[in-house]
Amino acid sequence: MYAMILLQSTAWLPEAASSVAPEVDSLFLFWALVSTLLFIGVVGAMTFFVVRYRRRRLDEMPEPVKEKKAIELAWIVVPTILVLIVFTWGFRVFIKMYTAPPDAYEILVHGYQWYWEFEYPNGVKTTNELHVPAGQPVKLRMTSVDVIHSFYVPAFRVKQDVLPDRYSSLWFEATKPGEYTVFCAEYCGTQHSGMLAKVIVHPREEFEQWLENAGVPEDMPLAELGAKLYRDKACFSCHSLDGSRLVGPTFKGLFGSTRTFEDGSTAVADENYLREAILQPGARVVQGYPNVMPASYASLSEREVAALIEFIKQQQ
Amino acid sequence: MATQTVAATKMAQPEINYLNHERGLKSWLLTLDHKRIGLLYLVSVVFFFIVGGILALLIRWELLQPGQTIMSAETYNHIFTLHGAIMIFLFLIPAVPAVLGNFALPIMIGAKDVAFPRLNLASWYIFWLGALTMLVGIVTSGLDTGWTFYTPYSTMTSSGVTWVVLGAFILGFSSILTGLNFIVTVHKMRAPGMTWSRLPLFVWGLYATSIVQILATPVLGITLLLLALERILKIGIFDPALGGDPVLFQHFFWFYSHPAVYIMILPAFGIISELVGTFSRKGIFGYKFVALSSVAIAFLGFLVWGHHMYVAGQSATASTIFSLLTFLIGVPTGVKVLNWIASLYRGSIWLRTPLLYALAFLFVFPIGGFTGIALGTLGLDVPLHDTYFVVAHFHYVMVSGGLLAFLGGLHYWWPKMFGRLYNEKLAQLAALLIFVGFNVTFFPQFILGTQGMPRRYFDYVPEFTLLHQLSTVGSWILGAGLLLVAAYLLHSLVKGQPAPANPWGAGTLEWTHTGRIPSPHNFERIPVVTRGPYDYHLAEEIFGNGHQGQEAAVTPAQGQAPQPESTR
Repeated sequence: MYAMILLQSTAWLPEAASSVAPEVDSLFLFWALVSTLLFIGVVGAMTFFVVRYRRRRLDEMPEPVKEKKAIELAWIVVPTILVLIVFTWGFRVFIKMYTAPPDAYEILVHGYQWYWEFEYPNGVKTTNELHVPAGQPVKLRMTSVDVIHSFYVPAFRVKQDVLPDRYSSLWFEATKPGEYTVFCAEYCGTQHSGMLAKVIVHPREEFEQWLENAGVPEDMPLAELGAKLYRDKACFSCHSLDGSRLVGPTFKGLFGSTRTFEDGSTAVADENYLREAILQPGARVVQGYPNVMPASYASLSEREVAALIEFIKQQQ
Repeated sequence: MATQTVAATKMAQPEINYLNHERGLKSWLLTLDHKRIGLLYLVSVVFFFIVGGILALLIRWELLQPGQTIMSAETYNHIFTLHGAIMIFLFLIPAVPAVLGNFALPIMIGAKDVAFPRLNLASWYIFWLGALTMLVGIVTSGLDTGWTFYTPYSTMTSSGVTWVVLGAFILGFSSILTGLNFIVTVHKMRAPGMTWSRLPLFVWGLYATSIVQILATPVLGITLLLLALERILKIGIFDPALGGDPVLFQHFFWFYSHPAVYIMILPAFGIISELVGTFSRKGIFGYKFVALSSVAIAFLGFLVWGHHMYVAGQSATASTIFSLLTFLIGVPTGVKVLNWIASLYRGSIWLRTPLLYALAFLFVFPIGGFTGIALGTLGLDVPLHDTYFVVAHFHYVMVSGGLLAFLGGLHYWWPKMFGRLYNEKLAQLAALLIFVGFNVTFFPQFILGTQGMPRRYFDYVPEFTLLHQLSTVGSWILGAGLLLVAAYLLHSLVKGQPAPANPWGAGTLEWTHTGRIPSPHNFERIPVVTRGPYDYHLAEEIFGNGHQGQEAAVTPAQGQAPQPESTR
């Protein structure tokens, strides 16, 4: 009953939006429930005694009460057991918070007086906005360039100090897309209370899209965007521009040429062919090349696909 | 027990007591009397408490609404730092031991004075030297590091860290000397018959505190000195830019500052024991446990500093060990509370102002204790650390320990200090205001912290507004209560009813064997102790044989000047 009230009370716990948050919250509620009951017991007994045994005559002389060993033993043993339960429970939750899964998506965090900078694996940098995918463990590798900061997201129930000249880390798995506040929790000077950031949790696919577009002006010419994607997406590791053969066919002279596929059929490489080749690389595989291109490019945005096609068209 | 002394004191016609046997400022500034030194400390810490309290009201005023209310972010950072530094170094640490301990400890064990009266006076001057050194730094360039002085911020800021840190270093000596004095006094100066198991629990509390003061304070001294050296000579100790380690500073700092919490709380435990014993007229349930657990807590208190650093970058193994030890120290502390409650059982409970403060303590302190369990729990501390939850927890423990127990003790010993009573009705009203005001101020902060409001924030996100406003309103109630205390106590000094020698019917020597106001050397003759401090059923000198009614011994604080208590 009491736990239900607590659970429903938005005034008590903040929104829970990470995989570890519900575990922290159950422990918190257990602690709150037991503490409240014990507290009511203690204060209730005190109030009862004060009323029941109040001094009625000035010369009252109470008889000394004989101490009972059993009582004393009980109230040493019972609290000890209770705190050991809380300790063990807290330890388990802590270890979970502390141990990032090996496949966690890693983002580099720099704390500055007084802002946060986030750097993603593809080199994109953002300031005071941390974009992460939902449903995937994210590990932050953090360091400070000046004083100690502390990265704190109440909705994720995680916090870690960020120190100069060394790395500390923190991981979480966001469960719900949305926006969550990041506070700096370690006092860092004048604008400490202004050192706020947002975690923006995207559905997984949207995150990939966001990451592709991030840091790219919307009006960047298609060919230029294509060149950038060629670089950022590491297309170059399989597709040369100078006609040399790598894992995949070169882009040089690709557009407009006739392709021969494994099944012997042929097609002219027009825009629609390139689109298919990027988004569904396994649909038609060019003769003599392995079918190894990752399907992950399916998450490219429409404009990005167009940009890549434009870029390839120019490689004559 | 020898029962002649009190009567003898009464007979001495022009009543000579410690307040009137010498007059003039010089007699106070050069006094070697532990009671006068206690009063010198009283004036000093009350002064700093008022300053710290005004700063607290300013903090709460600024937080009345999001954004800037009455001061800039920079000013706010200075003010919360000064509030913390002043309240801790200049009020909480000296308040109970140096004021009430100095006044009561020697009399309670039947001694004429502390073991080293000159050292005692010196410690008061050192206190002021340290305080003034701090003030130089504060006045010339302010202080904006938080009272914790975390590096590397404290090595980089331009504020007056060096002066303040040197001031705190000097203050440490005052604290060490008081502790040293008390330990020697308790060991060597007890009256005949005052065995260790007959020591009042306040004395036990002070004894345990003194151990901590002597062992822990030097570590803080060294740490602060290293910090000052780093700032002045640019030696890399804590600042990573110079090759130092900032986490090392936190280890050093908490190695003192966690035990310092026990410097503030253990004497408070002692006061609560005295109040519960006297006003329920019963022995403290589990006297031995309460006495020895204070000493045990004093030692265990040295092993838990790392629970301030779960998210600071120490290893998970270290955090786990510190967490476990923290729980182990929590148990004896909790058991003490149960012992006090049990002491009320079948007692004769007299609801007077000092007991009201003890009951307020027994309400407030467990909340501080339970929330301390949450903060000691590894998985719960991670989200709660450095939020208002910690601020609230800290105030629930320190204000209950430092302030409520101090006020309870002050109201308890006031008649003995000045020979006058205060207005009981106003005092009860003030105690109620303080209790309500305190809870309205700080309980909302638990909720704020759980929701994620970080501490030391000048500004906050709008959803926290309502709870912040509630907290600010609470601070006004609390302030009003304290103002009322100041008013009726000042009135009592001038116009209070003369107090009898033992207005509460207490059983310890300062009440049973001294005059209305103690004489300069406390006792006419050193008393011989024949019973425990709370053996009211054996205390003939209070109640006479066979527990016959002796109204005089327990005259309530009303009406005509009471008779001197009966001594047969």
